[in-house]
Amino acid sequence: MDSLYTLTTTVNGRIHTRVVEPRMLLSDFLREDLALTGTHVGCEHGVCGACTVLVDGVAVRSCLMFAPQVDGCAVETVEGLAPGPDRLSLLQEAFRETHALQCGFCTPGILMTIKAFLAETPDPSETEIRETLGGTLCRCTGYQAIVAAVTLAAARLRTQGASP
Amino acid sequence: MTNRHFGAPERRLEDPKLLTGRAVFTDDIVRRDMLFAAFVRSPHAHAAIRAIDTAAAAAHPSTVAVFTAADLGDVLRDVPLVVPPPPIDGLVFNKRTQRALAHGKVRHVGEPVAVVVAHSRYEAEDAAALVTVDYDPLPVAAELEAAAHAEAPQVHDGVAGNVAAIAHQMKGDYDAAAAQAAVVIRRRFTYEHGLAQPLETRGVIAEWDSGQERLSVWASTQAPVSLRGGLADMLGLTESRIHVVAPFVGGGFGSKLLMYYPEEIVIPWVALRLGRAVKWIEDRAEHFVATSQERGQIHDAEIALDANGVILGVRDHFLHDTGAYNPYGLTVPINAQCSVLGPYVIPNYDSRFTAVFTNKPIVAPYRGAGRQHGVFVIERLLDLAARQLGMDVAEIRRRNFIPPEAFPYRNGITFQDFTELTYDSGSYGPILDRLLALVDYDRFRREEQPRLRAQGRHVGIGIVSYIEGTGIGPYEGARVRIESNGRVTVATGVGTQGQSHYTTFAQIVADHLGVPTDAVDVVTGDTDRFHWGVGTFASRGAVVAGNAVNEAAEAVRDRLIAVAAEALGCPAARIVLEDGRAVDRDHPDKTLALGDAARRANPMRGAVTPGTQPGLEETRYFGPDAGTTSSGAHAVIVEVDPETGMVEIKTYVVVHDCGVMINPMVVEGQVRGGVVQGIGNAFYERMVFDAAGQPLNATLADYLIPTAMEAPTITLDHVTTPSRQNRIGIKGVGEAGAIPVGPAFAQAVEDALAPLGPGLEVLDIPLSPDRLWRLVDRAKQQCGARQIDALTMT
Repeated sequence: MDSLYTLTTTVNGRIHTRVVEPRMLLSDFLREDLALTGTHVGCEHGVCGACTVLVDGVAVRSCLMFAPQVDGCAVETVEGLAPGPDRLSLLQEAFRETHALQCGFCTPGILMTIKAFLAETPDPSETEIRETLGGTLCRCTGYQAIVAAVTLAAARLRTQGASP
Repeated sequence: MTNRHFGAPERRLEDPKLLTGRAVFTDDIVRRDMLFAAFVRSPHAHAAIRAIDTAAAAAHPSTVAVFTAADLGDVLRDVPLVVPPPPIDGLVFNKRTQRALAHGKVRHVGEPVAVVVAHSRYEAEDAAALVTVDYDPLPVAAELEAAAHAEAPQVHDGVAGNVAAIAHQMKGDYDAAAAQAAVVIRRRFTYEHGLAQPLETRGVIAEWDSGQERLSVWASTQAPVSLRGGLADMLGLTESRIHVVAPFVGGGFGSKLLMYYPEEIVIPWVALRLGRAVKWIEDRAEHFVATSQERGQIHDAEIALDANGVILGVRDHFLHDTGAYNPYGLTVPINAQCSVLGPYVIPNYDSRFTAVFTNKPIVAPYRGAGRQHGVFVIERLLDLAARQLGMDVAEIRRRNFIPPEAFPYRNGITFQDFTELTYDSGSYGPILDRLLALVDYDRFRREEQPRLRAQGRHVGIGIVSYIEGTGIGPYEGARVRIESNGRVTVATGVGTQGQSHYTTFAQIVADHLGVPTDAVDVVTGDTDRFHWGVGTFASRGAVVAGNAVNEAAEAVRDRLIAVAAEALGCPAARIVLEDGRAVDRDHPDKTLALGDAARRANPMRGAVTPGTQPGLEETRYFGPDAGTTSSGAHAVIVEVDPETGMVEIKTYVVVHDCGVMINPMVVEGQVRGGVVQGIGNAFYERMVFDAAGQPLNATLADYLIPTAMEAPTITLDHVTTPSRQNRIGIKGVGEAGAIPVGPAFAQAVEDALAPLGPGLEVLDIPLSPDRLWRLVDRAKQQCGARQIDALTMT
């Protein structure tokens, strides 16, 4: 590729400037250029949702975006969820408690999807939770435990007023 | 040992890594100077390769190398057969395994023809697009029944009728039994099983260290130790010079089973050839054609019963689609053949199958592995027989269950593990009773269904029973060691793909050694840490490796107690292990921390007495002479919309028996996940090929995996019948949830639509809204014409 693109983006609060091929997918940029391998690539055609990250607070499929599209944006990935080393966020803890992950490959994308969802929908119904999860695929759990995790996290967030 | 951890629904030790993005999967691994590979794959289902022009690809500025079959030298040969066929009298088996790259001919869409190595995956794909292959398309054997004709196009030269195998197993005399029957039901059933579709695709990274003369391979595989064996064989290396690691694996369900996939051989070979690390990660488009699948079987089956609904015999002749090659032998069709017997007394059985080569991707086990097909046949036959006899579907099953006093129950035919199919223990009647109570079966039949039918709603129930052979040999091993810091390390050769082994194996060890589970570090799937083993598949990991872990932990406990008794100056019988310490029961102030015991067992002075070993470490192997049989029953209530063909699952109940549970939370996760895969199989998932062998729905937008919108809330309960095959009484659970969903779904849909007339029979899975709509349409026409006697019952 002849033309390269210089982009500056804030990922999990840290500013990064990198030179990339314009065709570089956001998912590959995060994984390869920034070594943030928690974002997983499941299908590369926008169906499975494993690669979901937040761009300016909105859940997006990083396999359907080019890296230059986040120039000047704030990106959040699964690596930014936990409040500190050896600690889990309330949402992550709820997933662990309810056994909402098995192989864990889809989990980062689901966590990011739900983080954005709960920020907008603090008191979701089961149908709303299932509709939101309907945009991501999990092949291990059958989803029931994920629904339970989201329900539990939402309830705790409401009582504690904490961040997902 | 007190069971504080074993049996408890403990939270998983692997979760913090997985939840924070720190878990390392294959694609997360980066090696120095790593190159990237892309494969050129056949667009044809069957073609002769006349020429391959790699010049343009080689000239691409990023290309490091391009290889075709002609470059492979000694590596260009058929891969070893992974599973040989069982010893069955009169067996026909034509072994045809794949090669690392196609040579001369391609036999399915997606078969790899060339590999391009470049400095990035993007550029490797750019260059791969420049490879020109001159194909001469050949006639295609795509559809199963057509491929089985003597004059069909031959997938392999010299294999007329594409016969991959013929296996005939019999017990008793079916014809004599049928001659005395009050009822004989005969039908043709087709059952297509789908694709595993783990969320993580396959991937291989290989690196050759010329200084140490060692090959390291990281692969998303279910069987790292066995893969190392195959690589040694194919590449001509000493096994000890190969290090295979299966890091975190994002689901497998059989698709990452040992196959000696072409890429698993090519990538290490390229790494050796170039002296550089090489990475290949399968993309989803490749996964649809390059990873093993399960597909269809066509069963012509009949059942003979007496007037009380007691089974006299079953005959089942079926065709099995094995795809273009058969590296995994006969596991899938043998499982189907054995699963027809179910939890029932079937005194006379005549089962014959023909496995057929087709120009489609390779068929190898996917969660259930042929059991779905067999369970569908027997359960549907029983449903049809119940209808003919005017008998309740639950009652006909109960009348035929193997009674509790009959265990171990010998079935008189050969199973996939080469032993006689034998059920070690089971409680089939109590399981069904519990299921009927949970789903409130009598009330549904008596009140709910008539009430809803009166409202014009089409609501029906399905009740099925099944067994699952689990925990087969040959063996697994484990090494348990108390470390000098007091932590415990457990190493085993099995891989793990989400089954929670990091937690369940720790639970087994924790009670023996008196430590919390989070003081136990479990290592799986690294051949340098444990180099003997077979793999995680066939619902065997927890049973076979788990029992090896148990025995190794017991042995370490004995040594720990001996060391502590000597150190504390008391009899061994007085030593209690608790809170990471050995304690003299009579003098609770006298204690020895586990780490100190480990140091004491590995002193800097003094000799190791002959016949003893240093350290607190033991290795044990567990090799059961036969598997252990799990069982269960499912109930589903559905509502069908006959206008649209859509089915809504209103209720789903599972009662399951996998013996003693190590961690009920994990068991429930396995069962629920399996059921939802089963629902996909029953109603949504089907790989469609056209007559030219082209896949028509090879994206996740077209191949429909259930989402949270389609998945029901599943009610679950357990019955515990301990295994007789191992001392901790456990049975496997990995596949159970997925196995009986098809027939449960079919029975419920048929029941829901019964008011449309008795002609509506669901004999094919997967059902789909359009297939169901057509069934409804035909039933309406039949009903209108009062052609009820058109039923094909004899």
